[in-house]
Amino acid sequence: MAEIYDIAIIGAGPAGANAALTASEQGCRVVVIDEQSKAGGQVWRVKSAAIAKAPDTPETVAGNALRDALSISHAVHMSDTQVWQIEREADDWAIYVLAAGRSRKIMSRALVLASGAREFVQPVPGWTTPGVVGLAGATALIKQDMTLPGQRTVVSGTGPLVFFVASEVRRHGGTVAAIVTPNHRTEWLRAMPFMAARPDLLWRGSIWIADLMLARVPIFWGYAVSEVSGGDTVTSVEVCKLGPYGAPIGRVSTIHADSVCLGNGLIPAIEAAQLAGVPLEHRPDLGGWVPRADSDGKTSIAGLFVCGDSAGIRGAAAAEIHGKLAGLSACAFVGKGPSVAPVGMQRRYARAARFGMAMTALSIPKPGSDGLTTPQTIMCRCESLTRDDITTEIAAGAQSSNAVKSGLRAGMGPCGGKFCQSAIARLIAKTEGRPETDVPPPTPRPPLRPVPTAALAGDFDYADLPIPKPAPL
Amino acid sequence: MIRLVPDHATLINRTACVEFEFDGRVVTGHAGETVLAALMRAGIRHLRDAPTDGAPRGAFCCIGLCQECLVQIDGARIESCRQIVSGGLTVQSLGRPADG
Repeated sequence: MAEIYDIAIIGAGPAGANAALTASEQGCRVVVIDEQSKAGGQVWRVKSAAIAKAPDTPETVAGNALRDALSISHAVHMSDTQVWQIEREADDWAIYVLAAGRSRKIMSRALVLASGAREFVQPVPGWTTPGVVGLAGATALIKQDMTLPGQRTVVSGTGPLVFFVASEVRRHGGTVAAIVTPNHRTEWLRAMPFMAARPDLLWRGSIWIADLMLARVPIFWGYAVSEVSGGDTVTSVEVCKLGPYGAPIGRVSTIHADSVCLGNGLIPAIEAAQLAGVPLEHRPDLGGWVPRADSDGKTSIAGLFVCGDSAGIRGAAAAEIHGKLAGLSACAFVGKGPSVAPVGMQRRYARAARFGMAMTALSIPKPGSDGLTTPQTIMCRCESLTRDDITTEIAAGAQSSNAVKSGLRAGMGPCGGKFCQSAIARLIAKTEGRPETDVPPPTPRPPLRPVPTAALAGDFDYADLPIPKPAPL
Repeated sequence: MIRLVPDHATLINRTACVEFEFDGRVVTGHAGETVLAALMRAGIRHLRDAPTDGAPRGAFCCIGLCQECLVQIDGARIESCRQIVSGGLTVQSLGRPADG
């Protein structure tokens, strides 16, 4: 018999953990399922058990407070647990999870999705070379294991993350070979009025940039990494200037480095919402395709709520409040707590979201940025498919992400399309001269995470298998 | 030179060292960290070869999604960014000539 909870929450980052805290305070039976060992999500990822002692950062402090609150709450925290399928079962939700190599089912009346985000990386020649990691990926390595991707690193990407990572590389004793950002200083100036709402972050960011300038780290504004060279590991990186629409326009410089962090902003992780049947909408200002939802997390599907970055990239501060709002909405659905969230909470959410969206705006892909992906560049890492392979398929009549996926397997490999589908959808739109809103992501299929067959089969004795008598010859 | 962002490298204390094997090479890690972190600090970035074109690959997303850092441990394929190091662990790469 599967366990039945009032509310199941997927993801224990700032949104999911706050949804869990809020709902359990209202007397609901709550389970929060998360693939990490401790709560905190990517932004407040806990340090590994191998770190006996290290200086605290604002992220550690915020994460520890959240983890402490969750540990004394009544919410059940299933850590190291991956969700691989979500189904409706009568009026309830059936959530199939994988933990310690075994699959099992969890039942709940309401479901809150707080599955966070992953990063978008525009493919460039050589981005599959060992030593190239995602920009957000580097933060995971650094926050959890206090380990750098190399000794001399080119840090490239959009928004504030590129300066955070560069500063963390220096704090951990590494060398930043260069900072490469497609953003121009004018774009940052436009974001300033919104940053005034967060003087703490504005100050922290100013320290990062001042420190990098004092250390004479070259900062390439309005540039992108155009090629990574190396065999078994990165040896050098080429950077090029970008035109007004983000297309590469030459003036190439070469930088020697043994590692590269590459990122073009975050995109909401929407596969769980798609599996649950939530309609999507295209919102580049929120990181791309997002599940359609109200500011209190309600979707058009009864008993299903979304919050945090998986509902649109608005950042950690907004996610905390959004989680509380969605938690209250889920409580109301199961008949507990106030039917309307406090007005002040809505107002604080709107304010935090405005700041977060000003940061997201720095990562909206520019129309020409796909020019960085040359015809021979691998787009689908799992199947080693190049841009040429994909455009040939489009020319042969593949007009949707699903068609490219079934024709070429781009999106059917082990990653499930998580690192190719955004670039491929944009390529289809561009090649066909259609708007990006016309090319939604492919239909997600379970498993959402790779599931070993043994986990599905479970434990059994061969002797117990019913074997029919062989038919007479 | 004036630093506004201090170098904290020497202030990081890690747990006791443990040794494990990667493709027969002895690698030192710390109990409780990921296999990936230990390999990265040992300068090992080439973790497997792509099954299609045989090109070298290494960790990319570092959060258990992209499957690029997949290694073989005890016959099972697992992301090295999600596997915790313990002493005596035998880690093999996938698709490298060494394992045929």
